[in-house]
Amino acid sequence: MNYLDELENESVYIFREVAAQFDNPVLLFSGGKDSILMVELAIKAFYPAPIPFPLMHIDTGHNFPETIEFRDYLVDKYNLKLIVVSVEETINSKGIIEESGKYASRNNLQTISLLEGINDNKFDACLGGARRDEEKARAKERIFSVRDDFGQWDAKNQRPELFDILNGAINQGENMRVFPISNWTELDVWNYIRRENIELPSVYFAHKRNVFYRDGMIWPASDFVFSEQDESIVEQTVRFRTVGDMTCTAAVESNADNLDLIITEIESALISERGARIDDKRSEAAMEKRKETGYF
Amino acid sequence: MSIIRISTAGSVDDGKSTLIGRLLFDTKSLPQDKIDAIQLSSEKKGLKELDLALITDGLTAEREQGITIDVAHIFFSTASRKYIIADTPGHVEYTRNMVTGASNSQVSMILIDARKGILEQTRRHLFIAKFLEMEQVLFVINKMDLMDYNQQTFESLKDELLDVCVAIDFPLDRVSFVPISAKVGDNVVEKSKHMDWYSGPTILGYLEQLNLRANLNDDFRFNVQYVVRPQSADFSDFRGYAGKVKSGTIKVGDEIQVNSSGQKSRVLRIFKGNSPILEAGPEASVLIELEKAIDISRGDTLTQSHEDVVHDKNLIAQLCWLDKRPLNIAKKYLLRHAGFQTIVAINEVVKTLDFDTLNFMVSKLVEQNTICEVEIKAAAPIYLDNFKRNKKNGYFILVDRDTNATVAVGVKQ
Ligand SMILES: Nc1nc2c(ncn2[C@@H]2O[C@H](COP(=O)(O)OP(=O)(O)O)[C@@H](O)[C@H]2O)c(=O)[nH]1
Repeated sequence: MNYLDELENESVYIFREVAAQFDNPVLLFSGGKDSILMVELAIKAFYPAPIPFPLMHIDTGHNFPETIEFRDYLVDKYNLKLIVVSVEETINSKGIIEESGKYASRNNLQTISLLEGINDNKFDACLGGARRDEEKARAKERIFSVRDDFGQWDAKNQRPELFDILNGAINQGENMRVFPISNWTELDVWNYIRRENIELPSVYFAHKRNVFYRDGMIWPASDFVFSEQDESIVEQTVRFRTVGDMTCTAAVESNADNLDLIITEIESALISERGARIDDKRSEAAMEKRKETGYF
Repeated sequence: MSIIRISTAGSVDDGKSTLIGRLLFDTKSLPQDKIDAIQLSSEKKGLKELDLALITDGLTAEREQGITIDVAHIFFSTASRKYIIADTPGHVEYTRNMVTGASNSQVSMILIDARKGILEQTRRHLFIAKFLEMEQVLFVINKMDLMDYNQQTFESLKDELLDVCVAIDFPLDRVSFVPISAKVGDNVVEKSKHMDWYSGPTILGYLEQLNLRANLNDDFRFNVQYVVRPQSADFSDFRGYAGKVKSGTIKVGDEIQVNSSGQKSRVLRIFKGNSPILEAGPEASVLIELEKAIDISRGDTLTQSHEDVVHDKNLIAQLCWLDKRPLNIAKKYLLRHAGFQTIVAINEVVKTLDFDTLNFMVSKLVEQNTICEVEIKAAAPIYLDNFKRNKKNGYFILVDRDTNATVAVGVKQ
């Protein structure tokens, strides 16, 4: 069997297990290519019925405008149910003091809003688009990963996962994080997107954009990112390999404006995908720490 | 291009992490920024050269203690294959994680430190490979550099390992041997310059030419996961059975039978995603629509109409116990197999395996990591094949109803 079919089969299987085993699942939608892939796979899993659960987007207010535009387009195209939780509102309602300075990001606050969204809607399973090849803490994730009331991940004490049997039984107050595309690599995702003609937001393709250089990385200029006096803004042809907030996603110089060129570029790239994530640079265990407290 | 799933096994410090690091490094699967990060961590630890083991140990506790606690999944590909490696822990106390990794792989690479030879963990892991009906086992004799690349060391280890295979009845046509040094890079991806006496393939060479038997059994088995009922204008009375073909194939027009009720119907349409297809084979996640409306729900198994899965409320099975709390005979557990579940009691522990002698003995104590044979009595009939006959439809798990934990994995005998 072709490897892309094998991966698709596995993901579809996981989506169906979630729909069967949980009362109130939700698909966490970030707006990036991985969550768009998740939507496409979920549609395949339940065709000809609609996806039997909503999408939830934790909106930091720092998104690329192109991502939000595409999100709304996708929701419309497939008639999806979308819940938006605003980090801005979390900040206001809880009187949280935001990070300041040139590295300020709302990445950690996202976790608070996420847990709030899960509690308010009483979701018992959250489907996330994390992949094991992205980062070493993620390489350790099970497909079904139990979280306690506080969203915490007990990495040293994970449930065994035998063959393809996914045990979704949870206790009151716990919820399950589920990762249907665990075994896809970045390149697999792109190859599948090309094979299936999946539409993506324009930020993934080479385009002209105002950027500035900091710490050897290319930062997108925007109202949310404060550039210092000596960091001058220039126009560059760039694209994004991964799309998070504008405050923590670096661009790559690229002329790849179609899928063939993007795939060729990734195949020969020297830097890994999350190398463009400013949030991971904070420390060696940055991701594991965020995961333990409930982050995706 | 197809996918091959591999898991590592072996005792602590045999070099599993180093080997995987070496495989990734020599196949040029590591991006420069990852190599730089490992370089930096290696220097921090005061090492002169790259510590390849750092590539896989992902958790803070693992880096602090220098051990592997849980399975890490590593990916690389060559022109012809995509490899998924489950790097599993060597410590006895993390055996449950080793079993997790192994149950989802087709090949087990069991590492052995050439200086130490066969250890209890070697026997344990080989037995788990047998318990799980692993398709292939590759014995990797590592650290040959510390034994002057001596042929005799390799040959005598090989003989001893063959004896162990014979002792536990593991088929010899499913085992292979390779002498390597993960640290130096001998016979991992590059052929060793130090072991001219070895004419076999490198590890990568072995993996690239491996011809894995698909499940030999082609009886049609389909586990229903979920019933799709759109209730939309276009599909007003539509009912589709979503699930996975475990083994065999199904075609439009075939007559199928529902195991639990014996009811029969013909296949009207098969969908893969939104595309109608004519035929579906092993591992395919599809949706089946039948001609007649019959009663089918999650947990049902569909077979071709002319055959039935043997079913019984009494079951003899081998278990690998995974939970910290020992098996409690007085307690009822939940047995799960695909979407099916039922309450069971363990009527009797027939025998348990002694890893030292590799013999089964009469003992009633089933603790974490014990492999044993049990008699199970279930509240409802269980439609499972004999695991040896059909690996894809012969396994189950036991769940503790008080903690919801997965406490054991079992295979039907
Ligand atoms: N000399 C030598 N040392 C090795 C070799 N493979 C691994 N080691 C060392 O053995 C130790 C344990 O290796 P590691 O990969 O962490 O073992 P694991 O616990 O099985 O993952 C480390 O100090 C490695 O550098 C080898 O082929 N030769």
